[in-house]
Amino acid sequence: MTMTIKAEKKKSATKLQEQGIKVPVYQTKELNLWYGEKHALKNIDLDINENEVTAIIGPSGCGKSTYIKTLNRMVELVPSVKTSGEILYRDRNIFSSDYQVEELRTRVGMVFQKPNPFPKSIYDNIAYGPRIHGIKNKKILDEIVEKSLRGAAIWDEVKDRLNENAYSISGGQQQRICIARALAIEPDVILMDEPTSALDPISTLKVEELVQELKEDYSIIIVTHNMQQAARISDKTAFFLNGEVIEFDETDAIFSNPSDKRTEDYISGRFG
Amino acid sequence: MRYIEHEQVVKRMNGRLVANVIFKGIFLAATLLAILALVLLAYRIITQGAGHLSLDFLSNFSSRFPEKAGIKAALIGSLWLMAVVAPTSIILGVGSAIYLEEYAKKNKITSFIRINIANLAGVPSIVFGLLGLTIFVRAFALGNSILAAGFTMSLLILPVIIVAAQEAIRSVPGELREASLGMGATKWQTIVKIILPAAIPGILTGSILALSRAIGETAPLIVIGVPVIIQFLPAGVLDTFTALPIQIFDWASRPQQEFQTVAAAGIIVLMIFLLLMNSVAVIIRNKFQKRY
Repeated sequence: MTMTIKAEKKKSATKLQEQGIKVPVYQTKELNLWYGEKHALKNIDLDINENEVTAIIGPSGCGKSTYIKTLNRMVELVPSVKTSGEILYRDRNIFSSDYQVEELRTRVGMVFQKPNPFPKSIYDNIAYGPRIHGIKNKKILDEIVEKSLRGAAIWDEVKDRLNENAYSISGGQQQRICIARALAIEPDVILMDEPTSALDPISTLKVEELVQELKEDYSIIIVTHNMQQAARISDKTAFFLNGEVIEFDETDAIFSNPSDKRTEDYISGRFG
Repeated sequence: MRYIEHEQVVKRMNGRLVANVIFKGIFLAATLLAILALVLLAYRIITQGAGHLSLDFLSNFSSRFPEKAGIKAALIGSLWLMAVVAPTSIILGVGSAIYLEEYAKKNKITSFIRINIANLAGVPSIVFGLLGLTIFVRAFALGNSILAAGFTMSLLILPVIIVAAQEAIRSVPGELREASLGMGATKWQTIVKIILPAAIPGILTGSILALSRAIGETAPLIVIGVPVIIQFLPAGVLDTFTALPIQIFDWASRPQQEFQTVAAAGIIVLMIFLLLMNSVAVIIRNKFQKRY
């Protein structure tokens, strides 16, 4: 059932893409966000396209993590948060009162800064999402686990130790387990909040390659501190500074020919 | 210029090393003193009471005659009491802790409640006894039954369980919560499948330690009017009963010298009971301990 919807969506999307029209998954309209008195996001207007990797860069405290956490409303875990404006996900305002946050988060998976597997077996980690959404059939769960682990390019490394605790593997592997866990709910969008900042260079490379593969099937939004990473893996890049979007364009354009002086200063390493 | 004169450092070295040894000695002495007191107490009780321990002591009711006096009614009574106290206090305590940590908004009212729960843990047990007498014994007309005593004891240890469970829940890393919620799990699913399993060792250890306190408490039972000499076993929670500490207190306050031996034997039984419960707590903690 979900497969057919996905396939249809894909077909219509490819048709549009052939005509050179990109389909937006997220449209942010005049988004403002406050933590108590602190104005953390100011008048954000940003369209994020389907099957692209969108990178969000900027110095610490610029609001990039806040923005990505707003896209699946995880930011609401902070008690004093207030927002105004709209974020449309597939043309529906995620802030509207009839939009269940659980439904949104089933379509929009998230990978966090630090690998955060559950203190359970590798299998149970991947099966967690499908199980909370009501899948009990062992055969189906087995298939989801294998498909997700293959999708995260870690199946060969862990297929013989699915029942071991997820903390028994290395940090880089744990992070790919977390990506697999996000894939297991068959999301439409994957949000990644500095997914490689706690990883060594080789694990980082593996995650980057993985992101390249995943964009075939998913729309990916990735926050990164690492500008080379943004340049390597993203199609579009947004530069955030003090809660504002300074520049948002094709990644090639941002890095070769930034139109704003501040963007140029940041990517050439003059601050941040 | 240099701020640290290495010659001065060498000169002062001796004094620092002496202080190091002295403090080590003080802390060692403090530990030994505590252990000594414990050993003396155990030695005195065991030499005095071990002779009276026998199967008859466990299977006889109390009696006017010290040689016939047994602890059956009190032992079974204490078990009945635990059967009421354990579920009542753990369900209420863990429930409150979950509410306070996971659901309640962090505002002035909840922080006031939090502080007062911690304060309640310090209220003398006799005050809880008076509360139990007013509410359960009189207002609810439960009399001096197991249920009335059990509810009173539950109130007494509830704050301890709530605080222990709050600590345990708070120590579950926030990243695990985020991971679960981020996949579209509801708060309740996150609590049941992620937070409670990770917090269970802490919750159970705290609860069992609190329950061992309830087993040893005497004052609330005296206030409630739990009888001392009972020649039958309770058949249900509405029957009256007696408990280990009350029985021991009664024997120890009798004039005949022989009853001191009986009291000592009763204390040994109570201590074994407590040791068993505490070892269960240790086993649970070791078994469920998880790495993050």
